[in-house]
Amino acid sequence: MRRTALLLLVPALAVNLLVFLWPMLNLAALSFRDALPGGGIGTVLSLGTWRDLLADGYYWSLLLNSVVVSLIITLAALFCGYPIALFVHRAPARWRNLLMVACIAPLLVSAVVRTYGWLVILGDRGLLPSLLRALGWVRPPRLVFNEIGVVVALTEILMPYMILSLLAGFGRLNPVLEEAAASLGARPFTVFRRIVLPLSVPGILLGCLLAFVLAVSSFITPSLLGGGRVPLLATEIYDQAIVSLNWPVAAALSVIVLAVFGVALTLYGRLSRAEA
Amino acid sequence: MGRAAFHALVAVMFLFLLAPVILVFPLSLSADSSMAFPPSGWSLRWYAALVQHPGLMAALRNSVLLALLVTASALLLAIPAALAIARGRFPGREALFALLTAPLLLPTIVLGLALLILFAGWGLIGSWSGLVLAHLLVALPYATRVLVTALGTLPAGLEDAAASLGAPPATVFRRVTLPLILPGVAATCAIVCLVSFDETVISLFVVGPRLTTFPVALFRYVQSRTDPLVAAAAAVMILFTLAIVIVLDRLIGLKRAVGG
Repeated sequence: MRRTALLLLVPALAVNLLVFLWPMLNLAALSFRDALPGGGIGTVLSLGTWRDLLADGYYWSLLLNSVVVSLIITLAALFCGYPIALFVHRAPARWRNLLMVACIAPLLVSAVVRTYGWLVILGDRGLLPSLLRALGWVRPPRLVFNEIGVVVALTEILMPYMILSLLAGFGRLNPVLEEAAASLGARPFTVFRRIVLPLSVPGILLGCLLAFVLAVSSFITPSLLGGGRVPLLATEIYDQAIVSLNWPVAAALSVIVLAVFGVALTLYGRLSRAEA
Repeated sequence: MGRAAFHALVAVMFLFLLAPVILVFPLSLSADSSMAFPPSGWSLRWYAALVQHPGLMAALRNSVLLALLVTASALLLAIPAALAIARGRFPGREALFALLTAPLLLPTIVLGLALLILFAGWGLIGSWSGLVLAHLLVALPYATRVLVTALGTLPAGLEDAAASLGAPPATVFRRVTLPLILPGVAATCAIVCLVSFDETVISLFVVGPRLTTFPVALFRYVQSRTDPLVAAAAAVMILFTLAIVIVLDRLIGLKRAVGG
């Protein structure tokens, strides 16, 4: 049985090796090569790419910008997703399924389509600017091709992950506790602050982790809604790889994205243990 | 905060969540020659323009064919692997399962770049085999995970009973295991189809000038123009997704399919 089991695994493992393990190790190794002019790659191991990268203030500002924008998106997704999750959790069973579908459905729609939907709403001739002009605002502020559009659209795009994480964490929430607090004279906001919020911390932590790592690595939305004016790590990786053909720098930036993932995961682990 | 205020807040947030997807439909029926919302008139002209757009239609055909190829390959690879992981007793089983599902934990922008660098050297950029392999990178983890879950929920002892009555392993699989995990196999087909059809970032690195996929063609189109043609294409994509979800729901029930 052991021999058969291993034989059954061979094809899937071979594909995994071919398209995952080998490419990822190769990518990490490539960051230790030099980029030669014209898209060539040096043949000797060197720290040149890393030295140039870490000495260049532009890449540091890129990292800072990515982290700050992703943190803003994470908090916005939490604030927008929390009321929905709470409402769905408390809804009667026959409504809950329908509401869950409404929360998950956007996940099934391609990021290109949803980003285009935001261009329709925020674009210069879109719904919101038209509405603002109709209300008498002659020159409403530009909502696309800057950070505003990227933050608004990514918040919406990542909200389903946040809602699902929060709902998974709401398992510990017991209506009896809330009723007990209310019957002892606590006002609704006090019940929320002292009972509901503390019990939902695990879901909040998980949702924030997911939203943050997905925001840091998202490419489609910043690329289309940023219009090249919102420099982030993910868009820079693509530009370096496809436009500048500087693969060692793109590889090094990828390693930095993975390092940000690692830091976020470690922080999540620390916080969940402290909370538990 | 009062009850009414809370409900109003929830309604606004739901509107925020669903607006970009819903708005695509009225815009796709616009009669204007450029994107403006609300449209000044209604027509089907952008659907006609989509059907007559040679690049997008070729990309759509590629994406449908690719989704079918990826689904078939993912099933062929994942069913044996899931059997080995769910039924085998050997050291390192957990680690191998983790390795097979690991690509889902990593950002697609990094995975795409890693594939580009290797595939460029192997001449796989812009080729069918390159695209199928690239999509298997994300399809295989989903397929393996869903099938391992399906095998784990089988009533215990049925396979052992068949084997103890003298059925050889291949017969046990064909007559007992496979019929019982058929809902899981159907769910795998639907999920892999959707994952492949929607995959954009990894494809962006692997497509070539002559072979591209629908989401990539749409991405490139939105980069240069934002006329309502994209809304018509987006509506087609949403309806395609909806069709697969409805088929899945009718076949086995959505809750069972996602293991709920």
